[in-house]
Amino acid sequence: MEKENVIVTHELTKRFGDFTAVDNVSFAVQKGEIFGFIGANGAGKTTAMRMLCGLSLPSSGTATVAGFDVYKQNEQIKKHIGYMSQKFSLYEDLTIRENIRFYAGIYGLRDERIREKTDLLLQQLHMKGAERTLVRALPLGWKQKLAFSIAIVHDPAIVFLDEPTGGVDPITRREFWSLIYEAAGRGITIFVTTHYMDEAEYCNRVSIMVDGRIDALDSPANLMQQYASASMDGVFLQLARKAKRSGD
Amino acid sequence: MKQFLIFVKKEWLHIWRDRRTLFILVFMPIIQIILYGFALTNEVKNAKIAVFDQSRDEATRAISTKIAASQYFNIVKNLYSYQDIEATFRKGQIRMAVVFPQGFRYDLLHSNHAQIQLIADATDPNTANTLTNYASAIINDYQQTLRPTGSLPYTINTQVRMLYNPELKGAYNFVPGVMALVLMLVCAMMTSIAIVKEKEMGTMEVILVSPLKPFRIIIAKTIPYLLVSMVNIASILLLSVYALRVPIAGNLGLLIAESVLFTITSLSVGILISNTAKTQQMAMFTSMMSLFLPTLLFSGFMFPIENMPVPLQVISNAVPAKWYFIIVKDVMIKGLGFTAVWRETLILIAMTAALLGFSIYKFKIRLA
Repeated sequence: MEKENVIVTHELTKRFGDFTAVDNVSFAVQKGEIFGFIGANGAGKTTAMRMLCGLSLPSSGTATVAGFDVYKQNEQIKKHIGYMSQKFSLYEDLTIRENIRFYAGIYGLRDERIREKTDLLLQQLHMKGAERTLVRALPLGWKQKLAFSIAIVHDPAIVFLDEPTGGVDPITRREFWSLIYEAAGRGITIFVTTHYMDEAEYCNRVSIMVDGRIDALDSPANLMQQYASASMDGVFLQLARKAKRSGD
Repeated sequence: MKQFLIFVKKEWLHIWRDRRTLFILVFMPIIQIILYGFALTNEVKNAKIAVFDQSRDEATRAISTKIAASQYFNIVKNLYSYQDIEATFRKGQIRMAVVFPQGFRYDLLHSNHAQIQLIADATDPNTANTLTNYASAIINDYQQTLRPTGSLPYTINTQVRMLYNPELKGAYNFVPGVMALVLMLVCAMMTSIAIVKEKEMGTMEVILVSPLKPFRIIIAKTIPYLLVSMVNIASILLLSVYALRVPIAGNLGLLIAESVLFTITSLSVGILISNTAKTQQMAMFTSMMSLFLPTLLFSGFMFPIENMPVPLQVISNAVPAKWYFIIVKDVMIKGLGFTAVWRETLILIAMTAALLGFSIYKFKIRLA
C-alpha cells in the first residue's frame, strides 16, 4: 500500500556564493514516517532542513512540504509544520505553562484548546504541579522533552527536529524517542537530524548526506545489509570517509 | 491579531520577570532629573566671595551690603592686603574677590570717576564669567540710585528681559535634554538587546518558522518598551512640573504626541542595531556608542550646536535627539504650537520611516 508523501524534493540545491551547501537532493518522506537525516557536521543537513521550513530559499530545484510549494506557499507551510532548533529554544524566564501558552498561541490555537493541550502535555511529561516553575530551573532533559512537546502542540503535519538530543544522557534520549514514537503514531511525520547512530536505528528510513548530496537512503536494516555492517555506525563511517569537505 | 497580543504579553513577561532592569528603566529618569535638578546645577547660588575694602566709607559699605544681600553671593571673608587675596584664592576658599581702592567715595563724588576691581577664579571660566556679570550688575544698580534720573544728558540704560525663563533656571534646558536622552536609551538599547537576545537563545528561529510575520514580531517586541517609555515621559513631566517648577507652557497633548513620535524613532534605531549586532553585549555597546554619546553631544543639551565647527554641525542634523530637543523646548518651554515645530516633526517622521523601512528590508534579506 502506497502511503501519501508529505515532503517531496527534486534536485533541491542551495548555493552560498560558489559553495554548494546542498547539491541536487531528491527524496520523498511519507506520512507518519520517522525520517532520519544523517551526516557529518557541515554536510548540509541543517541547510536542507532550513529550506524545507521556509527559513531559507532554495537556489534551484523544487520541493513541496505538506503539499505546499517552498517558493510560493511559504506561509501555508509554516502553519503545518513544527520546528525544534539545535539550540534549546524555550524561554528560560517564562514558566512551563507560559511557554506552552505562548507557542500554542502564536499558532492560533483557541484558549480552551490551549488549556486542554496544556493539561494533556503536563500529564504526559509528568510535570503536573511544576507548571509554574521557570524553565530555567529545569534539568536539560526535561527542557528538551518539553521543547519537543511544544513543537507539536498545534498538531502539525510534520515536525522538524534539528539535533534534538544533543548533550542529553542515554536514558533521557530513550524517553525522548518514546515521545517521538508516540507523535508518529498520531500521524505526525518526524523529520529528524542527528549524529547519534543508535538514534538512526530508531528511524523508519534514513538518508545519509555527504558533501551536500544524499549518498544513501533506505531503512536502517537494508542499509546495514547493503553495506555489510552490523550497525549504522559502520554504514555511516564507510560513507562519511568519502567526504572531501571537512566538518566545522 | 490575537497571536500578536500573545506575543506582546510574552514580551511583557520578559520585562516583568527581570525586575532589576525594570527598576532601572523606571527609576533612571527620575534619578537623572533629581541629579540634574538639585546636584549637578550650573546655576550660581551663594558663591563664596571676599571683600578687600581699603576705603571703608559709606559708598563701599553700601555696595558690599547690596552684594551680600543678593542670593548669588555670600561674603565669607574680609581681607586686609593684596597678599591676603592671593592666599585665600590659593586655599580655594573663595570664587571671587571685590577690591575697593582707597578714597572710593571721594573719587566718586569729586572726580565723578571711581574704580572697583573684581578678581575671579577663572579655572572654571563659565562661573567666573557669571559671577563678574552679576557683581557688575549689582554695582551698576547702585550707581543708578546715586544720581537722580536725567541729571546726565546722555545715559543709556540697558533693560534685560529673560524670555521664557525669567529666573534663568537650568531646569528649563535639561528637562528636554533628559527626556531625549532617556527615551533614546530606554527604547533603542532595550529593544535592540531584546531582539538580539532571541537570536542568541535560538528562539528567534523557532518564531520565524511559526506563521507569525517577521514584521509583526518586530512590532510586538517594541510595544512593551513603548509603554515603559510612556511611564518615563509621565514621570519626567510630573517631576519637572511639581518638583522643579518648570511649567508646561504649551499644549500637553502636542508634547505627548511628539514624545511618542520620538519614542518610535528610537525604537526603529533599536531595531536597526539589532539587525547588525550578534550578541547582547554588542547590541548594548553599539547603542551606547552610537546613541548615548551623540545624543549627549549633538542634541544641543550640553553644548550649543551653533558654537561647533561646521562639519560637526552637519553631523548633528543626523541625530534624532537634536530635533526632539528643539521640539520639546519650543512646545514645553516657549509654549509654541504645532505651526512652530512642523518642520522638525516632519524630519523626525522622515527619519523614522527611513529607519523602519531599512531595518525591515534588512530583516527579510537575512531570512533569504
